[in-house]
Amino acid sequence: MEIKKKLLMSSKETRQDKFGKSISYLSIGFIILLVSLILYFIISKGLSTFTQNNVNVWDFLTKQDWSPSSIGKDGKPEVGALPMIITSFGVTILSAILATPFAIAIGIYMSVIAPKKGRKFLQIIIEMLVGIPSVVYGFLGLTIIVPMNRHLFGGTGFGILSATLVLFVMVLPTITSLTVDSLNSVPKYLSDASLALGATRWQTIYKVILRAAIPGILTAIIFGMARAFGEALAVQMVIGNATLMPKNLITPASTLTSQLTTGIGNTVMGTLGNNALWSLALVLLLMSLVFNIIVKIIGKRGSIK
Amino acid sequence: MTGILQTENVHLYYGENEALHGFDLNFNKNEITALIGPSGCGKSTFLRCLNRMNDLRTNVTITGSFKFNGKDIYSPSIDLTELRKTIGMVFQQPNPFPFSVYDNVAYGLKLAGMKNKHKIDKIVEESLKEAAVWDEVKDSLNKSALSFSGGQQQRICIARVLAVKPKIILMDEPTSALDPISSSKIEDTLVRLKKDFTIIMVTHNMQQASRISDKTAFLLNGDLIEYDSTQKMFVNPSNKKTSDYLNGEFG
Ligand SMILES: Nc1ncnc2c1ncn2[C@@H]1O[C@H](COP(=O)(O)OP(=O)(O)OP(=O)(O)O)[C@@H](O)[C@H]1O
Ligand SMILES: [Mg+2]
Repeated sequence: MEIKKKLLMSSKETRQDKFGKSISYLSIGFIILLVSLILYFIISKGLSTFTQNNVNVWDFLTKQDWSPSSIGKDGKPEVGALPMIITSFGVTILSAILATPFAIAIGIYMSVIAPKKGRKFLQIIIEMLVGIPSVVYGFLGLTIIVPMNRHLFGGTGFGILSATLVLFVMVLPTITSLTVDSLNSVPKYLSDASLALGATRWQTIYKVILRAAIPGILTAIIFGMARAFGEALAVQMVIGNATLMPKNLITPASTLTSQLTTGIGNTVMGTLGNNALWSLALVLLLMSLVFNIIVKIIGKRGSIK
Repeated sequence: MTGILQTENVHLYYGENEALHGFDLNFNKNEITALIGPSGCGKSTFLRCLNRMNDLRTNVTITGSFKFNGKDIYSPSIDLTELRKTIGMVFQQPNPFPFSVYDNVAYGLKLAGMKNKHKIDKIVEESLKEAAVWDEVKDSLNKSALSFSGGQQQRICIARVLAVKPKIILMDEPTSALDPISSSKIEDTLVRLKKDFTIIMVTHNMQQASRISDKTAFLLNGDLIEYDSTQKMFVNPSNKKTSDYLNGEFG
């Protein structure tokens, strides 16, 4: 009788287990709730431009005039976000293109070539660069890069080029450190195999190590792009914030994020001007979702088993 | 039998630690030589001297003479990449590149700058056939080499080495990670390869050594205890330590 009771009663360990489980389920539930609320908020606010103010979605995505307070020729408010969408992609892609070769070169140096000391040193620098707040980058851009571009190309110095250069510095450490991780995860026995087949060190680096690390490097680039795409403050400080279709790299322009930060303080909740900004935020949200999905797909396809 | 590789007075230090205590070992062409001995006795260390893979490690000092066809393989004028093509190596763990089977086997050829697709195709096929894995992979040459079994992967790795047409193949326990059926396939392969190549193989499997090798070298704590024809070694070893080891009395 005693034994049966003892066996049927849950042990202390089981109870602890249950307790731990319920705590983690509770936290997960809370986070899911939080995320859904944020999503709901941005989506409902972002859609109100189209539902309440009757702006055509297609017009929003393809028209080039942005001035929500005035009425255009067709009698509809002018909320064409295309210039900002294009500029956002422009600075993102340009800065990634600029940063990737540097990131790969530094990555190879750090993971394959550098002696331990150099590696540690670079590691510290990169971690430091990641940790610097973006307003500092913006400030540096404002005091160094903008005047430099003004001097070199004329005009105000504000524009896509300045934003690209600032973002380049900001995404470089992100892309580099993820690239180093993916290069480091290429097992040593693969480079041994290559060397034993008569490959030189350099051949081994680019034919085996780089090739095996490609999925990881792509992921690194996408992460860098996501960071560039979402960066607001630093970009806002150097891009000039003119909601015009970019014609070149050295005249003022505006990204989705810079327009958001510039505009959010100057509009009244519930007006079209405010709703239109929420729509920009919705576009940003959808894009970061796309970046995430791309990372997932690459991760699944290319992982070394 | 003609000699192909002579080593003399081989000493090797890992830092201060002497791992090989000075011995001579000569290898004959078109023979399989087995290196046996308990764990840690220096078999892999010695093997890696022969294609200079120890150069990749820091803090290793090697002295002694290593002659391949009379040429000193540690001479400064030697072309290291050429040497490693001539003296190929198969590792203990199958280590195919995470590429297709075809790209794995073609790797060494492309390194050498071979561009002729037709020729590469032909060598890839021949090498996979020689390594006795062609029938299992011929319909999926473009599939990742990692999608095959360990035994198949190891034979793909052997094919990858054969493709660059080495003279000597070093093998460090090539079957220790494999099941008996895969192992025996590889053993058959090695016996067939003997007519074209010279094979030096580390093994912990005494039956394997006795089945396929012509000569056997017994190493113990960095010393060469006995080196003779496999038959003589296994039937009538001249050193007491050898017979103890073969009878499983230590190691
Ligand atoms: N990289 C290294 N640094 C320092 N010592 C090493 C290194 N590699 C091997 N050794 C030492 O050298 C000796 C010989 O090692 P080795 O790997 O050649 O043995 P082995 O005969 O191949 O053993 P096993 O059968 O376990 O593979 C061992 O005592 C080992 O500890
Ligand atoms: Mg070993």
